[in-house]
Formats: sequence, structure tokens, C-alpha cells
Amino acid sequence: MRLLLVDDEEEFVATLAERLSLRSIEADWVTSAKDAEKMIETTHYDLVLLDVKMPKVGGRELKKIIEKKLPGIKTIYLTGHGSEEDYQTGSAEAEYYLMKPININDLIEKINNALGKQGG
Amino acid sequence: MEKLQKLFNPNFLWGGKQGKGPRYRHMFNYSRLWRSAVMLTALSAILPLLAISWFDYNVTRKAVESEALSRTSRTVSNTKRTISAFLTERKSALDFIVHDNIYEELIDPVRLAVILENLRKAFGGISDIGVIDAGGQQIAYIGPYLLEGKNYSDQDWFKEVVERGIYISDVFLGFRNEPHLVIAISYELPDGSFYLLRTSIDTDRLNEQLLTLELGAQGDAFIINTKGVLQTPSRHHEKVFEKIAIPVPEHSPKTEAFEYKDPYEATYILGYAYIPDTPFILMIVKNQNEIMKSWHKTRIEILIFLSIGIIIVMAGVIGFATFFVNNIFIADQRRIKTLHQVEYSNKLASIGRLAAGVAHEINNPLAIINEKSGLIKDIFQLRDTYAKDEKLIGLVDAIHASVVRCGAITKQLLSFSRHMDFSFQLVDLKKIIQEVFGFLGREAEYRNIIISINVSEDVPQFESDRGKLQQIFLNLLNNAFAALSDGGNLDISAILLRDECVRITVEDNGCGIPKKDLKKIFEPFFSTRANVGGTGLGLSITYSLIQEIGGTVDVNSTVDVGTRFIITLPLNAKNIKEKK
Repeated sequence: MRLLLVDDEEEFVATLAERLSLRSIEADWVTSAKDAEKMIETTHYDLVLLDVKMPKVGGRELKKIIEKKLPGIKTIYLTGHGSEEDYQTGSAEAEYYLMKPININDLIEKINNALGKQGG
Repeated sequence: MEKLQKLFNPNFLWGGKQGKGPRYRHMFNYSRLWRSAVMLTALSAILPLLAISWFDYNVTRKAVESEALSRTSRTVSNTKRTISAFLTERKSALDFIVHDNIYEELIDPVRLAVILENLRKAFGGISDIGVIDAGGQQIAYIGPYLLEGKNYSDQDWFKEVVERGIYISDVFLGFRNEPHLVIAISYELPDGSFYLLRTSIDTDRLNEQLLTLELGAQGDAFIINTKGVLQTPSRHHEKVFEKIAIPVPEHSPKTEAFEYKDPYEATYILGYAYIPDTPFILMIVKNQNEIMKSWHKTRIEILIFLSIGIIIVMAGVIGFATFFVNNIFIADQRRIKTLHQVEYSNKLASIGRLAAGVAHEINNPLAIINEKSGLIKDIFQLRDTYAKDEKLIGLVDAIHASVVRCGAITKQLLSFSRHMDFSFQLVDLKKIIQEVFGFLGREAEYRNIIISINVSEDVPQFESDRGKLQQIFLNLLNNAFAALSDGGNLDISAILLRDECVRITVEDNGCGIPKKDLKKIFEPFFSTRANVGGTGLGLSITYSLIQEIGGTVDVNSTVDVGTRFIITLPLNAKNIKEKK
């Protein structure tokens, strides 16, 4: 199981990756869509965790790009801003839609669920 | 009745009645607008009315006046002819006598006595007759006095009769002390000499003629001589032979009539005529007031007509002006209300956006703190050095708990602003009420306000506008909080009514609303907290919001006991709205 975390807040995304790795979940992290594209070219990921609002290319746009290259990849959205519209489309597009700040145990549960769906 | 009163005493006129505030801020000065409208229309309607009435007034007055003058003139003219005829008759009789009798017969006292007797029979009022020769000597005389042989040659009348052939004297008393006049004619004899026939006539007959004239109560008819001395009795003026107060009018060959004002400001109509070949002037005096009596009636009628006309015109003008200005006023008020409502919702939307922005901005650093503190805890738990240090773990847990609390707040803010947009969706009433209390819970805690929420279990989720419901509750709860003193109670309950409605009751035991204000609380800009920052819009907006989602609101309140707002919401507001 390998995860890619994409968020423009480096402090957040780096710490989250470290905490996940402490829980034996391998997670790479990047802070922009551009870097994310580079990463998926070389590595296979089972799930991406995307921040909806990022400079230049946002999470939802990035998801489309990633899906082209890695069809069937699971997505969980993260957001600091929740508008009703975002929430509805976000939950339809992705497996989960989580509001910051997140509880790590919730996140792991959601990740497992998402990947479990794949297995099942 | 109230409507009528409103028509003549509308709100805009005496706008300041209820005090200051935006409600009384207008685009126009309505009382001035109303005044100018009333003035202009009243002027354009009343001026012609006044002009016509004035014209009518003058025309009728002139007509009556000239009618009075011409009637007087006619009476004078007729009377003049009568009097003239009276005198001419007697003069002609004398003429007849001198032509019918030769001089010798006339100076025969027997014959003269017969003539006198005949004259008396024919005319009456003849007291004597005499013959006077060219020398002025009274040759023959029949009458009560011994005037035979009297010489008149040096008297004025004698000279006049010689000169003009006839003489009619003024009225005088004479020896008999009875008013009478004298007529004398001269007769030329074939030999070039002449003699006079002279007779005295009582004026009784003449007086009778004048007294029997129909002149009205104040009317008067009399004869004066050219010196203004009364020749016949007057009904209202001086006695016979006294000079009258009215100046002697100028000689005129025709009958004249004019208005005359005496020194006491009474106005008379005065008609007069000089009676030809006599020293007499016939005068008829009428009191103008009496003559104008009929016109006075007309005048009163004109005035009544005018007053009624003015009252009707003014009532119409005021009614119309009030109606139109009131309509402008109402339209203006509506516009101001709308403007304020727009302003208010803009303000709310801005606050919503601001809150969302702030929440978003805070969420990111909050997420970092969350992760960092989480990592610290992870590290503590993995390393033996720290794993047993409960104080450190406690500190991290405290940070974590605070982050969770902050997260809850920002989520609430975001969720609130998220529902600003208009949309119908399934809503959970209890959840919405609790969400709103999320904002006010802290204040309630500080102020010891006991809040109970009882949403009956059978109230289902229903289609409504979440954002509007939030605003409605926020406004109502804010109001209740303002009314409550510390330690008060606030109850919110919701029950399902049979006819697919939810009844929500918001009840507080605060200060209550006075009865006189109760009607007005849903009016925009009505505020009892104007001086402490109330806009007076909260309840009016609440009212329109409730209407927009198809509901109704009612309020009961007792001062110092509390206030209860009862909101009834339909469960299928969307369908109702779409049907509309």
C-alpha cells in the first residue's frame, strides 16, 4: 500500500506523511500538482490524498490528470473550506471528503475503507 | 371611519409622531409636497368659482339696483303726471271760465258765486275765487274772507302772472291757516287790457294722491318747492313748510333717480321730477335696504352656494392630494424598506463570506498544529523516555483538544455561511436549532440562561430552506436573548400538526412587548433598541423569511411575563412555492 499526499502546506503534508509512516503506511508527499505528476510517473500509488484548494492546479483538476495515468486509483479529498457545492461534487467524485483539521485515526479508517472497497 | 381619518390625517403629514429613526427619513418633504398640491389644485379650482360668484354677485346686485332705480323713476314719472294733471285740470277750468264768461259776468258776485259753487262740485277743495283787474285791484271775490278791493299790483305773483299768463303759487297757510295754493291766470280783453282770475286750492287732494302711493314701509313721496321747503306732508321727514334735509336736486326736464347717502350713512334711492310750469318738485324717497331685501336673499344664496362649493372643492382637493401623496409616500417607504432589506442581506452575505474566509484561513494552520501535536504524541508513545511522562502526554492532549474545539468552531462558521444561498433541501429541524445555539450557547452559559429544546420525535426531516431557517432562528433567539434578563428561561419546541405542518414555539420569560408595540414589531424600522444598535429590521426580515418559505408567524406577549413566537411551517414548502 502506497499513498501520495498532495497539499500546498508543506508543514502539514510532511508531518502527516511522517505520522502515517509511523503507523506503517508508506506515504510520499508533494506540495504542488506539478510535482505530483512527476511522482506518479515513476511510482505506483494505491491512493492519493488531495487538497481541493491549491495554487495553480487544484485537487479536483489534479485528480483527473492522475486518473488518466493511473486508472482505478482511489482518491480522498481534504479541504479547509467547505462549500455545499464542493462537498456534494467532492463526495461524488472521490471516496471521501474530509475537512481539516482531520483526526489521524479517522483518516486511516477511511483509507482502509477506500482500499478495502477496491479489494472487495 | 378609520379609513376616512387616514385620508385626511395620513402618516406622512405628521411624520414625526412616533419619534426619530430611519422610518421617518424620507426622500421628499411630504407635508410640503402635500401643501403645494393642495394649494395649486385648490387655487385653480376655487379661483374660477370665486370669480364666477363675484361676477354673479355684482350682476345681480346691479340688476336689482337698476331695477329699483327704474321702478322709482317710473313711480315718480307717473306721480308727476298725476300731479301735473291735477294742476292742469284746475288751470284749464279757470281757462274755461274766462272763455265761457265775459268780464262783466265774472265780476257779478252772483255769477261768480255760481261759478265757485260749480267748481267746488266739479273738483272740490276750491275755497275761493276772485277777479283782479289790470291794475291789481281785486274787483270781485267770493270766499271766506273780505278780500274785495285789495290791491296786489306790487306783489311778485301779480307781476309773474302778467308776464307769463299763469301763476301757480307755493303752498302756504294764508289767513285760514290751512295749507293751500293759488292758481291765477290772465285773460286778455279785446281792447288790449287784461284781468286775472285767481283761485285758492286746498292741497288735501294733492296730499291724498301722494299718500296713497304704494312705496313700501320705508318709502316716502312729497313735494318741495325750488327752495327745498316741504309743500306736502312727508311720512318720515320734516313737517310741511320745513326745509328738507336732502339738498334740492338740480333742475332737469326729465324724471331722475339716483342713490343718495344721508349723513348717517343710510342709503336711499331718490327719484324726483320738476313739475313743469310750477314751483314744485316731486320727490320719492325709498330706503335702499328695503328694496335690496330680495337681493339680500339672493346674496345669501350665492354665499351659501359659494361656501358649499368651496367646501366640496376643498374636500375633494384634500382627499385627492392626500391620496396621491400618500401613495407616493407608501411607494417611497416600500422602496426604502427594500433598500434596507437588500442592504441587510448584503451585510449578512458579507459577514458570511468573511466568516468563511476566516474559517478557511484558520483551518490550514489549525491542521498543521493538529498534525504537529499528533506527531509529538506519536513520538512520545514510541520512545520510552517520554511514554511514561504523563505530564507531557497531557500537554499534547490539551493542545489536541483545543484544536478540536477550534475545528468545531470553524466548521460551524463554514456550515453557516455555506447555507446563505437559496435552496430547498431536506432539513433536520432539531439540528438546525442546535447549530444556531452553537453560536449563542456561550452567551447563554455566561448569562445563566436556561435553554430547553424539545423537538417532538415525530417531526420528520422536511423540505425547506436551511439558510433561511437558520436566519429565522438566529433572529428570534437574538431577540429573546435581548429580552431575557440573566437567569431567564428560553424554550423552543416543535410539534407536528395534523395538516402537514410543523409548529415551532419560541418562548421566553423576558420583559415582554407592550400591547401598543405588538402590532408594529414586524414593521421595518420599528425598534425599541434603536439607541443600543438595533436596526429595527430583525423581526421584519424574520417575517418576510418565514413568508418566503411558506410559513406564518404569530406573537403573544405580556409585559414582564414573556413573549411567545409561534411559527407554523409547511412540510412541503417547495410544492406550495412551485404551485404559486
